[in-house]
Amino acid sequence: MSTDQVRVVVTGLGATTPLGGDVASTWSALLAGRSGVRDLTTDWVDSVPVKFAAVAAVDPTEVLPRPEARRLDRAEQFALVAAREAWKDSGIEKVDPERLGVVVGSGIGGITTILAAYDTFKERGWQRLSPYTVPMLMPNGAAGWIGIEVGARAGVHATVSACATGAESIGYAIEMIRSGRADVVVAGGTEAAIHPLNIGSFAAMRAMSLRNDEPERASRPWDKNRDGFVLGEGSGIVVLESEEHARARGAHVYAVAAGVGYSADAHHIAQPEPTGAGVMLAMRRALQDARLAPEDIRHVNAHATSTPAGDVVETMAIKEVVGGHPLVTSTKSMTGHLLGGAGGIESVFTVLALQERVVPATINVDDLDDGVEVDIVRRDPRELPGGRISAINNSFGFGGHDVAVAFTSV
Amino acid sequence: MAQMTEQEILAGIGKIVNEITGVPASEVTPEKNFVDDLDIDSLSMVEIAVAAQDEFGVEIPDDQLKHLKTVKDVINFIQS
Repeated sequence: MSTDQVRVVVTGLGATTPLGGDVASTWSALLAGRSGVRDLTTDWVDSVPVKFAAVAAVDPTEVLPRPEARRLDRAEQFALVAAREAWKDSGIEKVDPERLGVVVGSGIGGITTILAAYDTFKERGWQRLSPYTVPMLMPNGAAGWIGIEVGARAGVHATVSACATGAESIGYAIEMIRSGRADVVVAGGTEAAIHPLNIGSFAAMRAMSLRNDEPERASRPWDKNRDGFVLGEGSGIVVLESEEHARARGAHVYAVAAGVGYSADAHHIAQPEPTGAGVMLAMRRALQDARLAPEDIRHVNAHATSTPAGDVVETMAIKEVVGGHPLVTSTKSMTGHLLGGAGGIESVFTVLALQERVVPATINVDDLDDGVEVDIVRRDPRELPGGRISAINNSFGFGGHDVAVAFTSV
Repeated sequence: MAQMTEQEILAGIGKIVNEITGVPASEVTPEKNFVDDLDIDSLSMVEIAVAAQDEFGVEIPDDQLKHLKTVKDVINFIQS
């Protein structure tokens, strides 16, 4: 089978985010311009300089049966909740297990499990460790659990590329279907890292916003007074399917997963490369892979995290590769930064923008920074044109990972 | 600890099994086999054994645990 002949489509969406416990509530909150960022009320908040985060709107332990929840890390809980929603949404009733795959990753994995288990180990000894400690802490745990849930035997994978993880997973899934290894793949990212060690460590990098007096205003991509990202948690999952398989069962198709572009900065382990060369390469490759022209791209869900270094460079790269015409937004202004989950939820948002023909506004952009020469959607959502249009979801990660996923409307 | 009755131990085991696996405590009856009847895997059995140790103050070594097939086996072990 020629790889050129297989088109991949999106047939299911799932998400649990700081804005809502499912796709519908999250999407309506995005369109309403609501912030998911709030004050932290945990007992450890005094030990860290950042007193807020974008905590999940619905705690997964309220949704999952207790015996199930206790053997899952919080990141796995989010992923399973989102995967169940996406799977149900896809309407798939029967699929050949050997043609069904999973690609779901996490930036950090079961970090809260590791730290809690180490406390248990030191205080009470190895005998008191949960026998599920290892499957809870491993970063491929979420993929494994989802694979068991849906019965996927074509391959279960977990890409790990920091904040590019979710997008890379979706890219890998597209390629898995195109290469003929699977007809259906459940793909996305998850993260649960709101823990003092993570906040302390990101703060040590001077990467986090310290706007403690105005948490809801802290995530402000492209605003002159942005001072860092806001940590979020949750998961976004999509069901990808070969067009042939989707049509044969009469599935609702949200969008075409048209292509993916990868690159790497080869510059610095954590700082963005200042010319945007890697970002441009990833977007060019996404266009090429999707066989799209720059003018086809009418919307970009940007990576833009609200850090001083990265936001403007990304817009320069968008202008250079795609042009000044797409409607650009950063939904992180409302969801915070879900790290490995970001590419998952933002792909869900990109697909919904194409289907609903509307782009959520970036909130908190009071004073647009110098050098931003693309069309940032601010204040109110804006409509996308009819007809066949395409969009890109950008995700970049520490390590120098650049991933651009292209979607096309149906 | 004063000697517990079989009923008290059974109720304790039922509570632990429910907490760890979600199987209703009412289904945890003496004749039930953990693997065949209650669908409990070996990792969950380890959790149950550790919880039983806390609840009943009786250590269940690994080489003994593998012989405890039914709820009644566990009750007998705790009583012995």
